[in-house]
Amino acid sequence: MDNAFGQPQTIVVLGGSSDIGLAIVRALVSPVLRTVVLACRDLSRGESAARALRDGSFDVEVVPFDLGATGTHVGVVADLATRHGDLDVVVLAAGQLGEGTSTGTDVVLAAELAHVNFTGAVAAGIAAANQLRRQGHGTLVVLSSVAGERVRKANFVYGATKAGLDGFAQGLGDSLVGSGARVLVVRPGFVHSAMTAGLKPAPFATTPDAVAVVVAKGLRAGRRTVWAPGILRFVFSALRHLPGPVWRRLPLG
Amino acid sequence: MSFVVRTSLTGWGRTNPSAAEVVQVLPPEIAAAVKQAGDRGALVRGLGRSYGDAAQNGGGTVLRLLGSASHAVIDLDAATVQVSAGANLDELLRVLVPRGFFVPVTPGTRFVTIGGAIASDIHGKNHHVDGSFGNHLLRMSMQLASGDVVELSRTADPELFWATIGGMGLTGAVLDATIRLLPIETSKMAVDTRRISDLDALFAAMVHGDEQHRYSVAWIDLAAKGRHLGRSALTRGDHARADQLGAKASVSPLAYAPRQLVTVPPLVPRPGLLNHASVAAFNELWYRKTPRERDGEIQGIAAFFHPLDMVGSWPRLYGRPGLVQYQFVVPFGKEEVMRRVIERVAASGAASFLAVLKRFGAANDAPLSFPQPGWTLALDMPGGAAGLGDLLHGLDDLVLESGGRNYFAKDAHTSHTTIRRGYPRLDEWQAVRRRVDPLGVWQSDLGRRLGLTGT
Repeated sequence: MDNAFGQPQTIVVLGGSSDIGLAIVRALVSPVLRTVVLACRDLSRGESAARALRDGSFDVEVVPFDLGATGTHVGVVADLATRHGDLDVVVLAAGQLGEGTSTGTDVVLAAELAHVNFTGAVAAGIAAANQLRRQGHGTLVVLSSVAGERVRKANFVYGATKAGLDGFAQGLGDSLVGSGARVLVVRPGFVHSAMTAGLKPAPFATTPDAVAVVVAKGLRAGRRTVWAPGILRFVFSALRHLPGPVWRRLPLG
Repeated sequence: MSFVVRTSLTGWGRTNPSAAEVVQVLPPEIAAAVKQAGDRGALVRGLGRSYGDAAQNGGGTVLRLLGSASHAVIDLDAATVQVSAGANLDELLRVLVPRGFFVPVTPGTRFVTIGGAIASDIHGKNHHVDGSFGNHLLRMSMQLASGDVVELSRTADPELFWATIGGMGLTGAVLDATIRLLPIETSKMAVDTRRISDLDALFAAMVHGDEQHRYSVAWIDLAAKGRHLGRSALTRGDHARADQLGAKASVSPLAYAPRQLVTVPPLVPRPGLLNHASVAAFNELWYRKTPRERDGEIQGIAAFFHPLDMVGSWPRLYGRPGLVQYQFVVPFGKEEVMRRVIERVAASGAASFLAVLKRFGAANDAPLSFPQPGWTLALDMPGGAAGLGDLLHGLDDLVLESGGRNYFAKDAHTSHTTIRRGYPRLDEWQAVRRRVDPLGVWQSDLGRRLGLTGT
């Protein structure tokens, strides 16, 4: 159960080696925090992330989790709830960026990316939401992206998965109204992280820690959507209405 | 039993909500409702006046126990009343006062149920003389998780009797109780007021004068710093005798009809109206209007005990982020700790409206009862104030280090380890709970958050 300041006792990061997911955990550390679960595919990366997080005042556990293995999600969530009690914040941070331009022409890569980023996230999101509804409280934080706000040609498969995920998360949030559980949709811009290493930063690029600060504030204020940085909300409300020929020609990488 | 509605519930501070299946029940219907509750368990909620999540049970069942003071049975000779747990002090006072009796303990609001008063083992301005609510509880009947109804008193299962007092509703559902009453001659209070210039003077005044009055409390201006730190208004009073009333009031000395003057509407600007500037201005005004010394002023019961009840739904003034109450006690001899807490709050700039200092008397036998001999401070702070979480966790460290503790009925922020440090008899309480509720049917958000019901 969160306290009056929105400080959680239990945090689960699905995609537990995600830089943004881990930054969100760091932003939510407080004396009431008891348990952090890093659920990830690459357990050795999860373990090293766990070592970096541990400060002795709360437990950090690493469990195997594969976003693409949709059949396992209910079991993972149920196991965590059985062992740790109520899950206060579940961060859906897993996902892939894809191989850029080759994903846009390779059927297998594109389908794989769509399966993991969208199908997997839908399954995990519903599995988590069902647990939060059962508890009557808790927040699912969904890491969407401005890439889904208006999909650009450079990474349109990735962008399309995020567009789908964003719509799913908003609808899920609406469906949870009155249940006590909530969804917070996070729309970061370009974030300097392991996932984007080597890529050319887009305008208004930000960092995992800056995104995490925005998320922590949004959680405390009970927001349904946050943008990181906040200005992107206004940038994209303009970009959304650009004529197609202009949008295509923008130098967005 | 009425239909079940999933409802979002908060405490009086309107901070951390959760949703539960809310059912209105009469006492005979509790057993059936509890049987239908799922694995999230059940909890009886009174009027929701505890500030945090004590009367919430996210995902589970929350029972609204119906009850009325109109069926209260007063024993005039013994000066006792038997009343249902769902009745509240407001109704009860309207029955009792015109008959020349007062409740043995009232908190700062009349809108608490008898069941809630027992569950939080509430205290009032008379704690230094009379102790807390449980001290005046002669017996109660309680429905256990099993469905059995048991009779509890100091001689009938005293272990469970005391575990239920201050037990936050987690041992069973209290059905009715018999309470010792205080005979009164009038419905008025004779009140002495002192304006006190700093904290040391306040400690001294309370140590030396409290015992001459049944009721004593000090309001501290927490916006004042430096040499004004702890400046305050000390009010002490007693029930007025008939010969203290003027000719007009003597016509009906026991007249009692408190009213609510206004209600704060639900639409308050998002950040709330109570911020540092408005609170500091109010506090300044309040301090200035306090007389330096005034004795024997005649006040009504409501004005003396329940001033905030005149404004309905007042926490709405704090806007969307809600209100966080912080109440703790530090033992006598730890006045320096109290000073450091007040210094830190004053320096933080977190506006505190009506901080209240009180001297507690002896503790009772209840393992989770909050009052213990020492100084208690209660603060109201806007939940949205920057850095308030860090401030309160820091204050917890000071308070617990000194041998003090936090109050369950007010808590909305602390950690399970902090609570455990303050209540060394928690294990003993948990053993009693396991005996009468081995399956953990009675549950609350507070119980889960602070590890009362689990680990």
